Amino acid sequence: MTDDNLILNCQNVVMDYDGFKALNNCNFSVHYNELRVVIGPNGAGKTTLLDVICGKTKPTSGKVLFGKGINLVGKNAEDITKLGVGRKFQAPSIYANLSVWQNLDLSVKRASKGVFPTLMGRSTPAERERIDETLETIGLTEHAHDRAGSLSHGQKQWLEIGMVILQDPSLLLVDEPVAGMSDKETEQTGQLLTKLSGKQAIVVIEHDMDFVRQIANIVTVLAEGTVVCEGTVETVQADEHVRAIYLGRAKVAH
Amino acid sequence: MPEQMATQQNSRETLSFYITGFVLLVVLPVLNVLPSEDSWLYLSDFRLNQFGKFLCFAILALGLDLIWGYCGVLSMGQGVFFGFGAYCMGMYLALQIGKESVYGSELPDFMVWTQVKELPFFWYPFKSFAGALLGAILVPVLFATIFGFLAFRSRIKGVYFAIITQALAFAAWLVFNRNETRLGGTNGLTDFKQLLGYRLSDPSTQRGLYIMTVLALGAAYLFCRWIVASRAGKVLIAIRDSESRVTFSGYTPWMFKLFVFVVAAGLAGVSGMLYVPQVGIITPAQIGVLPSLEVVIWVAVGGRGTLIGAVLGAVAVNYGRSVLTNYFPEAWPFILGGLFVIVVTMFPDGLLGMIRKLSERKKTPAPLIKAEGSTAA
Repeated sequence: MTDDNLILNCQNVVMDYDGFKALNNCNFSVHYNELRVVIGPNGAGKTTLLDVICGKTKPTSGKVLFGKGINLVGKNAEDITKLGVGRKFQAPSIYANLSVWQNLDLSVKRASKGVFPTLMGRSTPAERERIDETLETIGLTEHAHDRAGSLSHGQKQWLEIGMVILQDPSLLLVDEPVAGMSDKETEQTGQLLTKLSGKQAIVVIEHDMDFVRQIANIVTVLAEGTVVCEGTVETVQADEHVRAIYLGRAKVAH
Repeated sequence: MPEQMATQQNSRETLSFYITGFVLLVVLPVLNVLPSEDSWLYLSDFRLNQFGKFLCFAILALGLDLIWGYCGVLSMGQGVFFGFGAYCMGMYLALQIGKESVYGSELPDFMVWTQVKELPFFWYPFKSFAGALLGAILVPVLFATIFGFLAFRSRIKGVYFAIITQALAFAAWLVFNRNETRLGGTNGLTDFKQLLGYRLSDPSTQRGLYIMTVLALGAAYLFCRWIVASRAGKVLIAIRDSESRVTFSGYTPWMFKLFVFVVAAGLAGVSGMLYVPQVGIITPAQIGVLPSLEVVIWVAVGGRGTLIGAVLGAVAVNYGRSVLTNYFPEAWPFILGGLFVIVVTMFPDGLLGMIRKLSERKKTPAPLIKAEGSTAA
């Protein structure tokens, strides 16, 4: 594989919080249109990694190359969003007092999102069609005009995924989507993410190993801020070193 | 169907807009002019003028409702912008007194007794009515643009923003109180005689001002409704619900906050400009911390996040004050404070929320605002 196939290439990323290295020389890369799952024990730096990629936090050192070699480090969150990185937060982060449809309408990618274009803007038929399609994809067509705050936890998570994909990201970052979901909702979420991969690259952080088995091809194991293992679910689960780290028996070699 | 419900609610709102407009614009002035003074239908000059004052406050409340009710940013300094508008008009009216003043000087009285010999340069634009009109809108708008830019760009939020706006109100009060500011000090500007050649003591002039106020309120309401109904209006609500998500949807929240803050300041300026000729006096006491806080109470009582609620709250609380201060003048601050506590703790949707709850008890209730996510209360 050459570097041309990489949509994301994190090189030697260090995130130092006053001596605690949440990310320690982390090298992590993702191919175009790949669905990648990142697992790891608590405090491994998984969420920090997503924060660094999407511009929520600025790493101490290292590079985050996106697409054709654009370094995301030092750019603010709005600009990174415009470049095509979408972020789905761990806790549902939606607009509770707007309808589901309005939530999606605000999220659609548009040429300008300044105050005055937004004040004058009306949804075009093409945009409406896309919103309807997205409603279909996330299974919320019936709830289009409900107040988003009245949705169930799982529906809120899907709504947020819908909001993120309407921004046309080429890389979608999803943080623990199935935490707190029922088994049925978990399975539907898995189907949703599988359906979406292929149109864009997706990085999913997850704890739930059943869910990981359902959706993952390649799994990356993160521990103590660095990548310790990468491979298929079977390879990773069979890896003695990974097991030892999870059980707290082994130290990570940096 | 929810869509039908929305349009139904919309047409009901339009209908009540026209009815209210008709009552305010036609019925009340007619009741002031036509019936004889001892008829029970007669509306006295005093009452009509008082109502005009309440409607000025309603314009002020609309602005605060945009920034606080919709966008969740509490400004406790709206009195300052009201004051800018009021003083701009007050300066014009003070210059119109001319030789009729107590000392027979072309200069306003307070300048004579504070021994100001020449008109200060910043009074010059207010020799003309157009200058006063422009100033009453532009001064608060420009000031809010600079202040808001500095505050919002620095990501000052929630309670911190509330505190610095309160500090702003206090600072403005101090500045306007000083004689060196050349704005009449503690006594403010008063004893106005005429506006564009019309005597302010004439009931027909006051009636005209009342009608102007109703028209201005109607225009302000439609303007706010246009903002709220637009996609930008939805962004405001989105900022209130989840500001970080707004950022990750590609919007820049502080610019939207600045925009509504400036709109609110402009409305406050219009409100102050209409207030002064109807009340006949403007002093620093009307623009400080307490008057700014009262605006917050009006909006909370009426129902924040609904434009009608802001109007209703401003009129109801001020009417309540005019009635109750007749009987218990000392107790009013306690009544006002108590009202605020009761509304915030028991009726978060205010009067309008209560009305809707009562009228929609049988149907599915449509909640106005539910405290979810990060709502700056």
